[in-house]
Amino acid sequence: MTQERKLAAPAVYPETEVYWQAAAKGKLMVKRCRDCGEYHHYPRSICPHCFSDNTEWCEARGTGTIYTYSVLWRTPVPYAIAYVTLDEGVSMMTNIVDCDLKGIRIGQKVRVTFKPTDGGPPMPMFTPD
Amino acid sequence: MSIKGKACIAGVFEHPTREARDKSVMQLHAEVAKGALEDAGLSMRDVDGYFCAGDAPGLGAINMVDYMGLRVRHVDSTETGGSSYVVHVGHAAEAIAMGKCNVALITLAGRPKAEGMATGTAPRVFGNTADMPFEFPYGPVTTNMYGMAAMRHMYQYGTTSEQLAWIRVAFSHHAQHNPNAVMRDVVTVEDVVNSPMIADPLHRLDCCVISDGGGAIIVTRPEIAKSLKRPLVKVMGAGESPKGQMGGKVDLTYTGAVWSGPAAFAEAGVKPSDIQYASIYDSFTITVLMQLEDLGFCEKGQGGKFVADGNLISGVGKLPVNTDGGGLCNNHPQNRGGLTKVVEAVRQLRGEAHPAVQVRDCKLALAHGTGGSIGTRHGSGTVILERE
Ligand SMILES: [Zn+2]
Repeated sequence: MTQERKLAAPAVYPETEVYWQAAAKGKLMVKRCRDCGEYHHYPRSICPHCFSDNTEWCEARGTGTIYTYSVLWRTPVPYAIAYVTLDEGVSMMTNIVDCDLKGIRIGQKVRVTFKPTDGGPPMPMFTPD
Repeated sequence: MSIKGKACIAGVFEHPTREARDKSVMQLHAEVAKGALEDAGLSMRDVDGYFCAGDAPGLGAINMVDYMGLRVRHVDSTETGGSSYVVHVGHAAEAIAMGKCNVALITLAGRPKAEGMATGTAPRVFGNTADMPFEFPYGPVTTNMYGMAAMRHMYQYGTTSEQLAWIRVAFSHHAQHNPNAVMRDVVTVEDVVNSPMIADPLHRLDCCVISDGGGAIIVTRPEIAKSLKRPLVKVMGAGESPKGQMGGKVDLTYTGAVWSGPAAFAEAGVKPSDIQYASIYDSFTITVLMQLEDLGFCEKGQGGKFVADGNLISGVGKLPVNTDGGGLCNNHPQNRGGLTKVVEAVRQLRGEAHPAVQVRDCKLALAHGTGGSIGTRHGSGTVILERE
């Protein structure tokens, strides 16, 4: 089942340009702190766990687990919003796509896929394995 | 240092309108201010502190003070969404305790109904934030954000749609006695779970109403409050806390009430079992359930059992909650329910709630607000009030 809906383009700022450049090449990036070793998301220049400015971009494996989700039915094209916990340990807001919306479950293993936006870089979304 | 007993709520007012087609937002603010001052027996010239949040147009306090013709020496426009006005009560008590003002006016007003706002299902943008590019394109709206919190709660604790429905059922029992309530029909658990699914697992009747209107609160020094002809309602404790995504360690099973609640209880020197009436923010049924757990009225994960079987119905259950019908049935002015939470708590403490829902000899009450979205980031405000 497809859920085709027009996606708003994300605003790209210098702080997170790397993330969107990588997305355009089909890569999912996460920020990691060189000082405390923790990953974080959404990406920042300064680590939200220890406030170090010594942060780096890492390519995520692109696999994870559905932490929670909700299908919005009362809209022209129903869609599933979710938090997916990446194998790296951080959770990110996303959509679960290319699947039966009624078959989505918490705990399901998912894999990243990129969907085009309206004139901007693509958004990372997830599809069940 | 503490605010315990250093300020009193001397006046409250809830605008009777639920659809204000012929009124401006600033006009509504002024009308509720006038209503609360009349309730307290004070005049606008007595007001020397003014509090408002993001619903006040323009630069908030600056525009509102000018429009109403106030002369104040203290303003505070702390914005924590729908919880703002609960937080303002605490801040007003602080300002009074520090001698920064004597009579604080808090107002809220808005007209999302008249403006045709799709409050629950349309994406809303709150400024140019760093989180927005990583969220907005995915279509986060109010209903699916709270839906995600409910989904996880069900998964982790076995909470059911029927248990959530009991919250709506309880507030509908209260709302039948409120002539101003948007929805006055008593509903059943079946009515709630059979209403259309909006965002899994939340049905239409799990969601609050969309309404216009507003409300106002007057906080003042105990000496001034004692000189007025109203029951004395003292501010005993207050707590506030924002909660977000924790840098990606997302946990949607609890709210900021786990911090604001204990802070307020500690300051007041009371415990959850002492509370005779609670106003609990009810943007959705799940909001109530999580906050009751987080405030310590029951153990974490036991909220479903706690709210079931009419336990929140006044005169029936152990903890009467939202006896005005709450946001689910009565009123959710400007999509911000914090102010009306304080108003109904004050009515209960004064013995001025509807006789059918009045808690007998109500001396200690709690009002709690959540603002923003528990699916992403939100503010929490708790106040504990006592009648002398
Ligand atoms: Zn760090």
